[in-house]
Amino acid sequence: MNSPAIPVHLPGGVRLRRAVTHTMVLTRRNLLANLRLPDVLLLSTIQPITFMLMFLYVFGGAVEAALPPAAHGSYVNWLVPGILAQSAVFGATPTAYGLHNDRNTGVIDRFRSLPMARSAVLAGRTLADLVRSTAILLLQLGVGIVLGFRWQAGLAGLLAAIGLALAFGYACSWVMAALGLAVRNTEAIQAATYMVVFPLTLVSSVFLPTQTMPGWLQAFAAHQPVTAEANAVRVLTLGDAALPPEQTTAGVVVLAVTWTAAVLAVFAPLAVRVYRRSAR
Amino acid sequence: MAAPVIAVDRVVKRFGRSVRALDGLSLQIPEGIIYGLLGPNGAGKTTLIRILATLLPADAGSVRVAGFDVRHDPEAVRARIGLAGQYAAVDDHLTGRENVEMVGRLYGLSRREARSRASTVLDRIGLAEAADRLVRTYSGGMRRRIDLATSLVGRPRVLFLDEPTTGVDPASRRQLWELVRDLVDGGTTVLLTTQYLDEADHLAQRVAVIDHGRLVSEGTAEQLKTRVGTAMVRLSIPDSQHAGATAALRHLASGTVSCDRHGGTLTLPTTDAVTTVRHALQALAAAGITATDVSVDKPTLDDVFLTVTGADPAAVDPATGRAAA
Repeated sequence: MNSPAIPVHLPGGVRLRRAVTHTMVLTRRNLLANLRLPDVLLLSTIQPITFMLMFLYVFGGAVEAALPPAAHGSYVNWLVPGILAQSAVFGATPTAYGLHNDRNTGVIDRFRSLPMARSAVLAGRTLADLVRSTAILLLQLGVGIVLGFRWQAGLAGLLAAIGLALAFGYACSWVMAALGLAVRNTEAIQAATYMVVFPLTLVSSVFLPTQTMPGWLQAFAAHQPVTAEANAVRVLTLGDAALPPEQTTAGVVVLAVTWTAAVLAVFAPLAVRVYRRSAR
Repeated sequence: MAAPVIAVDRVVKRFGRSVRALDGLSLQIPEGIIYGLLGPNGAGKTTLIRILATLLPADAGSVRVAGFDVRHDPEAVRARIGLAGQYAAVDDHLTGRENVEMVGRLYGLSRREARSRASTVLDRIGLAEAADRLVRTYSGGMRRRIDLATSLVGRPRVLFLDEPTTGVDPASRRQLWELVRDLVDGGTTVLLTTQYLDEADHLAQRVAVIDHGRLVSEGTAEQLKTRVGTAMVRLSIPDSQHAGATAALRHLASGTVSCDRHGGTLTLPTTDAVTTVRHALQALAAAGITATDVSVDKPTLDDVFLTVTGADPAAVDPATGRAAA
């Protein structure tokens, strides 16, 4: 008895392996929570589909005539790439709630008292949410295809678009991680996530081209990250015809990747800092 | 005495500018015993446990657990401790076994080791049959036990139990006590905080009473009781005459004359029960007060608590509203 489970000072390679193992253990734990709450699982899949259908049928008829030629006169072609970008952002919000709950129930205290890799709590949470986002995104894409969405730029373009959207969603998970740990009250967290998610997804090119917005709003819409992601996903799925005026394919993709890297570079260290200080 | 397994030296912890949760607290806990930490709410018990478990840094002073400094070597400390909380920090959506195995993996065990140790621990705490059910379906007492099991899977040298039986029914409480006793037989040192004095009395070989972040009394339960007096004379007096009676009796007691929370009974600690009873009745008669009942018994830890902290433990308890069961 009384033999410590691990030696005290670990060399770097062992540390890294341990961090990977612990991250996988916690990713599995977080995913099981999704699978074992069938009501949550069901509702969190139905909701994004419902949203997509609403936008498609409410807006579709009115805007089809105003769409750029890349949409081939069909709103579903315009909407689905936008939805992929939007879904990545929405898919990040559970990160905030998951960490918030873990802190409130004392689970994070237990983790912090264990001889485990400190990075694993945040990494395990964000990775589990990435897996979940991937499933929802593929489901939305499938429904989109059933409803008539046709990508125009080859399978490689479609896969690149999916990768781009998910990478951005993963970066957003770190924003939500910082938010979920920094804000103490559950309702305040909800208000804060809405405040981040709705303006960014609505005032963007996700649903409609930004050119018809009033000038001041257009300035915001044209230069914010979700628009950058939606434009890139659209170009990668619909081809060059979907480019906003005076932009290039490479330019749009590089901008989207840069936004993802920037969000990650700012918010991952921030989330780690907040986590370190999150002693109740 | 061998080197203590927990050494707390003049530890200070402030919250904000004015609150001193720990105010120069020092404690030495020998290896292989159950050590009880008593105190009213807000005395600093949980703060101390959180510092010992590396969850919270102390502002001043030093803390060593299992031979390692918690500030400089927290990782080494974590590998040697287990923590079971006030509210069971277990995952509802995992089975009991999955909870224990997961924590085993986080202690650094291989998958196979974690599995075999989880089985051993689950057997030991009597949850082998319920092990493959989701924790969601567990009773309050079972949750406490699975919480305990997860803290044992790493075979800790020191186990912290922060109010392990708050809100648990009496039968589950007895069961948890048995488990904790077995642990110490296996060599683990247990630091137990509790609001229940009988819990400390039943379990702990040594007890510390802390209040306002300071140590107010320390020793075996028997020593603490003897310090209060060898006997307690209890007199039932009508409510309206309490003040007069307290004044009349004050000079007879070896410590503070206290009044129990229901009113009605005054307690006089003393070293000579027979003489005190005689003098007390005479003093009351002289003051025109009639006692309706008299009894003499041994001091309880409640008496210790009242005498050393001046607080009625039951009055500061109110089961925290969080009642996990």
